[in-house]
Amino acid sequence: MHLHRFERIWLAFGLGMMVVFLAAITTAAIVDGFVPPSHVQTIDPTKVSQTPPFDHPGLRKLADGSYEAYYVAHIFGFDPHHLAVPVNSRVTFYVTSTDVEHGFSVPETGINAMVTPGWVTTVSHTFHSPGKYLLVCNEYCGAGHHLMADEIEVK
Amino acid sequence: MDVTPSRPALDRNDPGFALRYSVASENLLVLAHIYTGTAALTLGALFGLLQGFSRANFIVIPSWFDYYRILTAHGVFMALVFTTFFITGLMTFATYRSIPRVRSVRLGWIGYGVMLLGTVLAAFEIVAGNATVLYTMYAPLKASPIFYLGATVLVAGTWIVAADILANVAWFRRNNPGQRIPLPAHGSACTFVMWIIATIGIVLEMLLLIPWSLGWTSAIDVSLTRMLFWYFGHPLVYFWIMGAYLIWYNVVPTTYGGKVFSDPLTRLAFILLLLLSTPVGIHHQFLEPGVSAGWKWLHMLLTYGVVLPSFMTAFAIFASFEIAARRAGRTGFVAIVRGLPWTDPAFTGAALGMVLFIFGGFGGIVNASYSMDVLVHNTMWIVGHFHVTVGGPVALTFIGAAYKLVPTLTGRKLYAPKLALAQTWLWFAGMVLMSTAMHIAGLLGSPRRTADVTYFGAAGAQSWHGEMVAAAIGGTLLFISILMFVIVAVGTRMRDEVAPEAVSFTFAPAEEEGIPTSPAFDALGRWAVVALVLAVLAYAGPLHDQLSMQHYPAPGMRTW
Repeated sequence: MHLHRFERIWLAFGLGMMVVFLAAITTAAIVDGFVPPSHVQTIDPTKVSQTPPFDHPGLRKLADGSYEAYYVAHIFGFDPHHLAVPVNSRVTFYVTSTDVEHGFSVPETGINAMVTPGWVTTVSHTFHSPGKYLLVCNEYCGAGHHLMADEIEVK
Repeated sequence: MDVTPSRPALDRNDPGFALRYSVASENLLVLAHIYTGTAALTLGALFGLLQGFSRANFIVIPSWFDYYRILTAHGVFMALVFTTFFITGLMTFATYRSIPRVRSVRLGWIGYGVMLLGTVLAAFEIVAGNATVLYTMYAPLKASPIFYLGATVLVAGTWIVAADILANVAWFRRNNPGQRIPLPAHGSACTFVMWIIATIGIVLEMLLLIPWSLGWTSAIDVSLTRMLFWYFGHPLVYFWIMGAYLIWYNVVPTTYGGKVFSDPLTRLAFILLLLLSTPVGIHHQFLEPGVSAGWKWLHMLLTYGVVLPSFMTAFAIFASFEIAARRAGRTGFVAIVRGLPWTDPAFTGAALGMVLFIFGGFGGIVNASYSMDVLVHNTMWIVGHFHVTVGGPVALTFIGAAYKLVPTLTGRKLYAPKLALAQTWLWFAGMVLMSTAMHIAGLLGSPRRTADVTYFGAAGAQSWHGEMVAAAIGGTLLFISILMFVIVAVGTRMRDEVAPEAVSFTFAPAEEEGIPTSPAFDALGRWAVVALVLAVLAYAGPLHDQLSMQHYPAPGMRTW
C-alpha cells in the first residue's frame, strides 16, 4: 500500500485538526468546566410527587447566594410555572420527568438537556441580562409537545 | 409487474445463456429493491413537505392525521425504508455483478420479501396512528406491538440479504484462492458485517420493547433502551454513508472514464468505517443524565476517528478526477473541473452530493464535540445536518446512481435525461436553501420535532419564523425534484425503449499499483472481531455504570 506524499500531508492536516479540536474542548472541560449535563442520579418516576425536593418544585436560595430550581416535566408542561430569577445569580436546575422523555431548553442561553424518566438532570446557568426567557421542551413527548413551554423571568 | 429485464439476446442456444438468464433474474430482484425504495422516498417526501408547511404556519395539519404521525412516517420512510432498500438493492447488485456466476436468487427474494413484510406491518401501524413515536421510538412512549414487530422483521430481512451477500463473497474466496475479493463486493461485505454488528443493538432493544408493549412486562428500563438504540443509531448513519461511498469509489469514475484511485486504500476506508461505526453512539446522548461525562468524552474521541476514512475518500475522489483528466491531457484546476461530465445526471447527482457532504461533515464535527452539542442538540441545526448528509450526499448519490442502474436493470434507455439533470440541480438548490435555514434556526434555538414553533407569540420564538419559511420553500423545491426523479425512474420502465448498450455496466477498475493488495484487507472475519471488541470496550463501562445503579423502570404510555 502506497501513500502518496500529498495524501500523507492531507491526512496529517485532518488528524491535526481533530487534535486541535480535542485539545480545545478538553481544556474548556477541565479549566472552565464546560462539560455536557451528565448528572448520574436515579429517582422513581412513579413517585416524583412524593420525593423531596421534587414534591415542592420551585426556586430555593442557598447559603452561598446561588439558587437551585427544582422542575418537574410532565405531559405537556413544566412545574413550576413562570419562574422568577434575580439577575446575575447562578441557578442550578434539577429536572425530572413523571412520564416520558422530555427536553429542557432555554434557547440562546446554553441551557439544553434531556429529561429522562427515572433520572435527575442538572444544568447550571448564570443569567446576566434581565428579560423574559422562553423555556421549551425540545424532545417529542406526545400530541401536545408543541404546547409544552414556559417562561423564566430574570429581574 | 411484467419486467423482462435484459430482453436483448436471451437465446437458449447461446452458450452464455445460463449466465445471462441468471443476470436477468438478478436484475429483477435489484429493481424490486430500488423501486420499493423509490416508493418510500416519494411518500416520505410528501410527508416532509407537509411538515415544512406546518412549521412555517402555511397550513394547519388536521388532528385526524396529525403532524407527529406525519413526522413518524417521514422519518421511518426516509431514514429506515428508502435508504435500507436502496442499499440492500445496490449492494446485492454490486456483489452479484462483481462476482458473476450462475446463481439462485431465491435467498435474495426471501430477504426482500421479509423486508417488505416488516415495512408493511410497521407502516400500517404508523398510518393507523398506533405508533406515533417517531423513528427513534424512544421509550416509554408505547407503540403497538405490531409496529415494533414490523421493525424487527424489516431488520431480519436485511440479515437475510446480508447472508446472501456474504455467502457470495465466501463462494468467491473458496473458488479463487489467493485472489482479492472484487472491490465492490468487498465494500458491500464490510457494510453488511458492520450492519449485522450494529443491528444487534436494535434487536436487543426490541426484545425489551415487544414484551412490554404486549403487557407481559409492566415497565421498561428507559436508559437501557436509549443506549441500545444509539448503539444502532449511529452505525445506521454510516450504513447510509457506506452506500454512497460504494458508488463514489466504484461507479462515479465510470462516468468520466476514470479509475478507482487506489484499491488497498478503498478497502482500508471501508474497514475503518466498519471499525469506527459502533463505539461512538453515546455522542447522540451527550445531554442525557445517567451517562457520566468521562464516557461521553471517550465517545467523542472515537467519533473523531472518522476523519480518517472521510479525508481518505475526499482525497481519492479528487485524485481520481485529476488522474483521469491528466490522461486526457487536461491539467489545472479549472480544466479538470470543467472536463467532468456535468451533463450526465449520474455524475452530477453524486458530485453535488459530494459538495453538500463538505458542509455535512463539518456540521457533524460540531455535533460530536461534547460540550458544543449543548448549542445544537435537538434544535433545527440537527435537522439541517442530517438533511445535508443523508438527504444530500446519500440520497442524491443514490438518485444519481439510479439513473445508471435503472437503465441497466430494465435494459431500457433513460427517459428524459435532461429532466434527470435538472432534477439533480434542483435538489441541490432546494437542499442548500432548506438546510441553511434549518442550521440558522437551530443556532437561534428553534427546537426540532415540533409541530408549531410560535409558542403563543413568545418573543424568544419570533426570530425563527423567517427561517421556517425559507426551509418550507427549499422543501418545496425538493418535493418537485423528487417528483421529477419518479417521472424519470418510472418513465424509463414505461416508455419501453429497448437499448442494448444501456444494459452494459462495469464497475470502475482500480489504478495499477506496483505492489499487490495485501490479503489482510480481505480478512473480514478478523476485522469483524476487532469491531466487536471495540464496541464492547466502548460500551462495557457506561452499561456497567447504569446497570449497577438502583434502577426505576418507567411504566410508559400512549401520549398521542
